[in-house]
Amino acid sequence: MIWSASDAYLAALVGALATYLWRAVGVAVGSRLDPRGSLFAWLGCVAHAVLAALILRLIVFPAGSLADLPSAARIGAALLAGAAYLLARRNVFLGCVVGSAAIAIAAAA
Amino acid sequence: MTGTARPSPARTGFAAGARVAAGTPALVLAASYVGFGGMVRDSGLGLDLALFSTLTAWALPGQIVMVELHAASTPLAAIALAVALANLRLAPMATVLMPIVARPGRPAWRLFAAAHWIAITGWMLTMLHAPARPRDERLGWFMGCVLTLWIASLLGCALGHLAAGMLPRPVSLALLFLNPVYFMLLCLQDLRDRQRALSLLAGAAAGALLHPLVPGWSLLLAGLGGGTAGFLLARPGRGR
Repeated sequence: MIWSASDAYLAALVGALATYLWRAVGVAVGSRLDPRGSLFAWLGCVAHAVLAALILRLIVFPAGSLADLPSAARIGAALLAGAAYLLARRNVFLGCVVGSAAIAIAAAA
Repeated sequence: MTGTARPSPARTGFAAGARVAAGTPALVLAASYVGFGGMVRDSGLGLDLALFSTLTAWALPGQIVMVELHAASTPLAAIALAVALANLRLAPMATVLMPIVARPGRPAWRLFAAAHWIAITGWMLTMLHAPARPRDERLGWFMGCVLTLWIASLLGCALGHLAAGMLPRPVSLALLFLNPVYFMLLCLQDLRDRQRALSLLAGAAAGALLHPLVPGWSLLLAGLGGGTAGFLLARPGRGR
């Protein structure tokens, strides 16, 4: 089946429902689980692991125009950002600026 | 801490959350949504759609997947599945947030309503800051934080759509890169908790392995595998 641009709203709506669904499931589960229990601790671990996997994907295997840059540039920029953050006493803003500036320089070169 | 003369705890929390969000977090999120707005325009879709998606979904990775797949004329069911897989993290994230913001005896609908704004930035900030606040301020803290971020996202999204094509390529790439770098640095703040640190590392390692092999399912598998590994590895040291 082919969907045209007029179906964009439908796609956005379906996307929003597929997004809210997880939030609602998480709330329903979270309100019933014992926060001191093992199952709860495990779910927290899963949340952090998915997050790390997602961040890694956004940096190393990005979709869209970032993919045009060599992966060494993206990984290098991320490492520079991490180093700047740590050297600047955990300054998140500075780390972001350094990482993005590195990408801009790599893209301009 | 009874605070009879103070504004309601919810308001105090709301203002405090909004203050924390209204700096670097709002700037980074706005900049990231500039990238999304530009991408929507590049796909030939209008500002109305960009804003509609940001209002109703507000979870950037899934929104990007949705626009990309729609641009590639993907069937609706496949879009739903891909977005669901990209946003799966929201379920365990929401679960872990509940004991922090929920109060016994309060109606559940408030939590289901607030759940709409669970997304990485607000979640991480709430996990980092809210536990230090009195319990009756926390849901307000979360809402102040996320509504500030939401407004920043909508503004950035509109700006990105309007300015698409006007930004030089290095600048637009730098904006796109801000979001993952910001998330990464937020995670570094979390590394002091042994269990979270091990889960983050295991998830990243599993992701590095699985993304090239099973791109559609890698987040789900890396989350379950990495999370279980982090959970088991941290077990003997648990119990602070």
